[in-house]
Amino acid sequence: MWRIFNKVIRTGILTEPAPAPEATWMQPEVRAIRQELLHILGRSLAIRAVDAGSCNGCELEIHATHNPYYNLEKWGFQFVASPRHADLLLVTGPVSRNMETALQLTYDAMPAPRRVVALGECACTGGIFGESYASCGPVSRVIPVDVQVPGCPPAPLEILRGIFTAVQYSQGK
Amino acid sequence: MDLLPGLDLRCNRLPAPLPQWHGQVDAPSWQTAARAVRERGGRLVSLWGSPEAVHGAYRLPEGLLWLTLPLDPAARCCPDLSPVFPAAARMQRAMTDLQDIGITGATDSRPWIDHGTWAGHSPAGEYPFVRVTGDGVHEIPVGPVHAGIIEPGHFRFSVVGEKILRLETRLGYTHKGIARRFRELPPLEAHRLAGRVSGDSTVAYAWAYCMALESAASCTVPQRAQWLRALLLERERIANHLGDLGALGNDAGFAFGLAQFSRLRENLLRLSQQLFEHRLLMDGVVPGGVAHDLAMEGQDALLAQCTMLSGEVAELQEIYEGHAGLQDRFIGTGRVPPPLAARLGLTGLAGRASGMANDLRCDVACPPYDRLTVRIATHRNGDVAARVAVRFDEIFESLRLTRTLLDTLPSGPHRVPVPMPEQPALGAGSVEGWRGEVFVALALAPQEGQAVLRDCHCHDPSWHNWPVLEHAVMGNIVPDFPLINKSFNLSYSGHDL
Repeated sequence: MWRIFNKVIRTGILTEPAPAPEATWMQPEVRAIRQELLHILGRSLAIRAVDAGSCNGCELEIHATHNPYYNLEKWGFQFVASPRHADLLLVTGPVSRNMETALQLTYDAMPAPRRVVALGECACTGGIFGESYASCGPVSRVIPVDVQVPGCPPAPLEILRGIFTAVQYSQGK
Repeated sequence: MDLLPGLDLRCNRLPAPLPQWHGQVDAPSWQTAARAVRERGGRLVSLWGSPEAVHGAYRLPEGLLWLTLPLDPAARCCPDLSPVFPAAARMQRAMTDLQDIGITGATDSRPWIDHGTWAGHSPAGEYPFVRVTGDGVHEIPVGPVHAGIIEPGHFRFSVVGEKILRLETRLGYTHKGIARRFRELPPLEAHRLAGRVSGDSTVAYAWAYCMALESAASCTVPQRAQWLRALLLERERIANHLGDLGALGNDAGFAFGLAQFSRLRENLLRLSQQLFEHRLLMDGVVPGGVAHDLAMEGQDALLAQCTMLSGEVAELQEIYEGHAGLQDRFIGTGRVPPPLAARLGLTGLAGRASGMANDLRCDVACPPYDRLTVRIATHRNGDVAARVAVRFDEIFESLRLTRTLLDTLPSGPHRVPVPMPEQPALGAGSVEGWRGEVFVALALAPQEGQAVLRDCHCHDPSWHNWPVLEHAVMGNIVPDFPLINKSFNLSYSGHDL
């Protein structure tokens, strides 16, 4: 046990400062969100991640936001197991036709007010996979999107920035 | 060359850094050839369909054998290979879904990738899972949207109390039409798509694709490029193993392991970003070589990181091995005994943890691996603990290989142009990715004076290992499933295409 404590103490706290929100990632209509959302969300945010057909690159970087450098949970952001507990839906990948219904059902199961962040090039535009017999293309083709975070995949800091953007602008700042 | 004695099989050797042959067979010898491969100790690598033919790739001691069976347009069907290689069953179901190729004699003809959501395809009803009945048996359906941050797939558990009697997986949710998308891209740009078949294996796929393209173009890449490709591949292996070791600790309730290993992984990814302009090394391998050359300072930084990682990982390995609670969860959990692994064709990392001593980097090494004498990591227990042990061993070996690659890095160009052939040409490439053998086969054909991809097939080792996972969990308790699943860490995207 002392070895574990020893290692923890020697490693120290590595968490870095949070990024500033990025105004250009906002879909215009979201700027009009009401002020009371601030009170509803408070300082904690429950996030539900859905891979709607990604290559799993975005998932690797979402996982990285939990590492000691970014320490996402420090900001009160928590990934939850059910969409019914979630304030924010984080969607990756072009939406495959085989995932279209599952994504829609997940969105429908979320309580209002809800936010959707399309994460990564594929979720924003369809990316290299585009639109085809098997792919619906971008997430916005299936459910309304509030914030689009570009990148293939977006780095963890950009993912954090995307979540901050969704929250801050929701709060009318 | 007479690769399969007793069969009148004429094969052409394809130009490639690895030994590989292509041959054509007729319907009666399709099964005979598969049997002959099995008798010679060979393995099935991949089965896929193209508009006019069915293809099978086999791994023989001499190298790769790619067999093509031209289809009769009147009756698009081929004989079932699943009695010879059980892993063939799902690949054949996918062939039926995607190319409308019938399988004569198949016992399981349920759709696999086709969920009835594509235009022109009839909506599928309820998927007919195999039902387990009896006193106290109930089903737990999970997915496609999972509780954690993982790819989509459906798991149907039949359990009694906490004990898993049977698991049936249903995949295909992330199918996004990659094979068709390949045909729309210029061959010299499609490595970007190959690198996004499964994001965690982007180097392996991009290299396998480039190897196939260079094979079709009879182009040899410069030595420096070969060395740098191997360097990227080993970094990808280390990054994934670090991530998995942390996640495995976490799944057994040891959050310390996740914090430590994810810290080391982040250090590795940050240096990759700095030196190769991408954290996951996407688009680093390009046709004709690599995108980024490595300067002296970069080599020093990589060597320093190897030293740091060797020390840190050794320290964490001691903590993992000495932690009774962790070992109690790992040992004996999710066992695949070697005879079962051999029968079902378990491959790659999971295979090596069950006594299947196959690693392309040792077996038929392409440059630079032929100079490195890679030490294969194997284990015979076939449980979660064995898959953890193999990961630790492979990290140390990859760190050693990285040092050797840097010490012997040849000078010269890191990229050369790849001239496209003017005649139709076939190419194949195989790379030992961190999960197992990644295989790409492609056909180029001239169209309006330009070479286009007529067909490109990517194969992930997950195809072989998903069905074995169903065996590994039998008799285990439901709460151990995430741990067992993580210890295999199979790709959904690479499987579904």
